[in-house]
Amino acid sequence: MGPVGHNTRGWLFAAPVLLLVTLYLVIPTIWTVYFSFFTGGFRPAEFVGLNNFRRLFTGDRLFLDISSFPWSGALINNILWLVLLPAGAIIFGMTIAVLADGHTWERLIKIIVFVPMVVSNTATAIIFRFLYNMNPRIGFLNAVLTNIGLEPRPWLSSRNYVTLSLIAAAVWIWTAFAMTVFSATYKALDKDTLQAATVDGAGEWQKFWLISLPMMAHAISFVFITIFIQTIKIVDLVLVATDGGPAGASRIIGFSFYWETFQNLDVGYGSAIAVVMLMLLVPVMILQVRRFKAEEQ
Amino acid sequence: MASKQSSASTAQITGVYLTGPARLLRNVALSVISFVWLVPTLGVFISSIRPRAAVATTGWWTVFTRLDFGFRIQNYHEVITTHAFGRYFVNSFIITLPSTLLPIAVASLGAYAFGCLSFRGRNLTFLALIALMVVPLQVAWVPVLQVYVILGLANTYPGLWLAHTSFVLAFATFMFRNFFAAIPKDFFDCARIEGAGDLAIYARIVMPISIPVVASFFIFQFMWVWNELMNALIFLQHPSKYPLTVAIRGLLSQYGSEWYLLAAGSFVLMSMPLLVFFLFQRFFTYGITTGATKG
Repeated sequence: MGPVGHNTRGWLFAAPVLLLVTLYLVIPTIWTVYFSFFTGGFRPAEFVGLNNFRRLFTGDRLFLDISSFPWSGALINNILWLVLLPAGAIIFGMTIAVLADGHTWERLIKIIVFVPMVVSNTATAIIFRFLYNMNPRIGFLNAVLTNIGLEPRPWLSSRNYVTLSLIAAAVWIWTAFAMTVFSATYKALDKDTLQAATVDGAGEWQKFWLISLPMMAHAISFVFITIFIQTIKIVDLVLVATDGGPAGASRIIGFSFYWETFQNLDVGYGSAIAVVMLMLLVPVMILQVRRFKAEEQ
Repeated sequence: MASKQSSASTAQITGVYLTGPARLLRNVALSVISFVWLVPTLGVFISSIRPRAAVATTGWWTVFTRLDFGFRIQNYHEVITTHAFGRYFVNSFIITLPSTLLPIAVASLGAYAFGCLSFRGRNLTFLALIALMVVPLQVAWVPVLQVYVILGLANTYPGLWLAHTSFVLAFATFMFRNFFAAIPKDFFDCARIEGAGDLAIYARIVMPISIPVVASFFIFQFMWVWNELMNALIFLQHPSKYPLTVAIRGLLSQYGSEWYLLAAGSFVLMSMPLLVFFLFQRFFTYGITTGATKG
């Protein structure tokens, strides 16, 4: 053993990580929580208690509006995202992983599906602005609709469509992630069980629902949690695709934070939104820590 | 999660022997899916090499129906020179490379502590890091920017490098630590008996063994930073320092309906991640299936 004690050596190696993480995440988080009780632009001006939060949940129609049905606002949109994005990515990802498995074109199909995952959210936003374009001489989707005798639809400029259109773009991105995890899991399933089921006369459909799917439960929850975390943090896709519009209709929480803080320079209010995001993620944090502890034992 | 069994084995038992209508249905489903996933990008790519006048008057799909090709790289030339995307490409590179190498250096040291050494408070500290992986950057951006303004780090590349590094550290440490912790203890004991110190063990044994996980992280982080918009948007103010992601947002606000230009600009941005993907495909499956995703 060297001249330096056990404990000291451990802390020395960990020091750079801990220092940077404290400076860039821990202290800023405390500061943001503090700031959320104040108004002010980039410097806390006046202590307002819980007023920012009250305004968020009762006085900001773009954040939460439950005065008329259907409910709207960034929070409602985000709930829609949290349900539809993981569900869409998991269903498509599973379908492709299982159907393409062992297919002659498996590699090619997977490459095609994976490309959206490697191009940025910024590029995806532009790709979908093009796809969704109102003009049927530019936007492919509306060209198809016009061709089969339907009216072109304002996919990104109508408040009825915009959130669903953006979620579709996000599903297009995240399906590759689900597909890759499911495919690896599927290929590693216990062959004897499946073989036995085949011998017993089980059909493909039965084998998938009764054997393969339950055996992939862990992979499905891993994919769900990963996409869930992303869905709460996302800003760039919405920012580049719609700037939150039309008239704020496509806002989600992460976007609202960005807009209130850096566009409206209402930093105390933005901090309150960041605190709400943190609160939404605290259960996931606890879950992740528990998962890790369980896996280590 | 991934196993080393041959990729066809499950298929042999499940899908491959499909016959008749089931087989047809499977092929139809896969064709539709491939079409849907290919068309959005393909449309932008074709528009990026069509003449300006053609892009403005007819849909990109007409190149197939009218067999009207006549592609050219004029759009790329315009976006790279007139709109300075050549410069922004270089900026993206200047931002990305240090933001990828720095976290490898810092996180691997930390991972050595958490995975290979035992010290008081180790487990609790590591659990705190796992919790920090989930924290949204929205709680960090404003305070970090405030301090940057005071220290003169705002609008500088070192400031952005450090931010990218610090924001990914918890994840990188986690990823490396899991790999390091699986290295057989005999390796360390032998080295210790021969008198090697921790720094030597880290540099000569642990890091060389860990090349697969380091390479995987390198590729993921490189693409992540290259594609990243928000940090650059928040920490850089001067257009001469913008990376491609920020630059294309500017192009969008100025030339929002000039699709020949936007298409070419998008593909300049996408060229690097596409290249990296096609060169290092196998690392992607490895990275994703070992939990290499973050936010």
